[in-house]
Amino acid sequence: MLTESALDPTKAVYDATVLAGDPWMHEIRQGQTVRILDLEGNQAADTLFYNAHDYEDRYSPQDTIREQGNIYLTTGTRLRSLKGHTLLTIVADTCGRHDTLGGACATESNMVRYALDTRHMHACRQSFVKAIAGWGRGLDKRDIGPNINFFMNVPVTAEGRLTFEDGVSAPGKYVEMRAEMDVLALISNCPQLNNPCNAYNPTPIRVLIWD
Amino acid sequence: MTPALAAAPGLRPANGSAADVLFEDVVRGGATWSHVLKRGTALRITDTLGGANVGALFYNWENTAERYNMPDTLKAQHTARLTRGFVLYSDMGRVLCSITDDTVGWHDPLSGCANAAQARDKYGDLRYQQTRNDYVKNAYDAFVIELAKYGMTARDLPAPVNFFSRVVVSESGVMTFVPDHSQAGDAVELRAEMNVLVILNTCQHPLDPNPRYEPKPVSLSVRRVAPPGPNDPCRTSCPENERGFTLTERYFL
Repeated sequence: MLTESALDPTKAVYDATVLAGDPWMHEIRQGQTVRILDLEGNQAADTLFYNAHDYEDRYSPQDTIREQGNIYLTTGTRLRSLKGHTLLTIVADTCGRHDTLGGACATESNMVRYALDTRHMHACRQSFVKAIAGWGRGLDKRDIGPNINFFMNVPVTAEGRLTFEDGVSAPGKYVEMRAEMDVLALISNCPQLNNPCNAYNPTPIRVLIWD
Repeated sequence: MTPALAAAPGLRPANGSAADVLFEDVVRGGATWSHVLKRGTALRITDTLGGANVGALFYNWENTAERYNMPDTLKAQHTARLTRGFVLYSDMGRVLCSITDDTVGWHDPLSGCANAAQARDKYGDLRYQQTRNDYVKNAYDAFVIELAKYGMTARDLPAPVNFFSRVVVSESGVMTFVPDHSQAGDAVELRAEMNVLVILNTCQHPLDPNPRYEPKPVSLSVRRVAPPGPNDPCRTSCPENERGFTLTERYFL
């Protein structure tokens, strides 16, 4: 559902640009609002959330889509955790549809999907692993569950096919979420160069937080 | 509440003979089962009464940080359902198990598992003190308890598969559970391509509209099978799987 936000970017308490291929990790406190903005269009923002006080209580795509009865994320979607909590709620969305089934790219899945000689290429999981290693506090690869792909369009057909369609995003589109509890956010601004979803050209995103 | 079962019915194996059967087992409704399924063996799961649901997790037994990965499985094979010819990928680009036989046609990888609060809301608060072993179980706790026996915790819970259940997705994304999907005698066979820790439970599907706690049993059969040849249907079903099998076989060289 297309909904715009009334929040003023000049009033944000945090405003950063995440370059293509970089990770971003940040705590968002209960009641704060976070916006992820697709600066140049059709960029995948691979995103994970954790309960900031219990990292094994992390974002769960299955719980999120099952409890709302719909596989697409948009305004009103409650992003649920493995232990049944609502981590954040999507409160504005100018894109209209976000994927949470396609997961993140990894060097290993790239070898399967594209060619065995893609192993050297940068991938979201490299960014995720590097970011959580830097964060420490007990996080490791096992805590990287299936993620959200903001701005990506991955429809499922009635016959059960998973298809990758052209993006529904465009320059300046954004999604905005209110934190319902203290959460830790981890984004990989996707470096994928093998997939036409981003026109083979990964681009920066902008992240803003309001109190 | 849950009928006790005698032996597994003698369903035909996809290939090989009954002499290759290593052991058989029964998982009652709402119960949990786990086993390290060795490379070169296959697990056949049979829905004995119809209407079963089997939540399932898969790990590389030699390094459980490598485990079944729902998104990698779905996007490599461009599918949101599982049936014969599809494989279950780990996060390391390897094939944990291949689906070598299936009379059901659709298994659900999307819907996950219900937790204790959700099961209690749906089925009531039937506890051990009132009902003994027919107390209401839920798949989340079942998985976490079984994971603990292998030194793992809730953090190690990836998105599970729900075998024997079908959830269809409309053009607008609406998910709908299809009742009466699996019939008595329906079966699915998983061939282990690695040494795979398999954790199963027979809790009801979280979208099953049945308001009563009526989890169904399944029977299991583990048997020795031939390794996948160059023309194996799971290997050749897409170029992605050709590469996935290559990476899996390299692991054992």
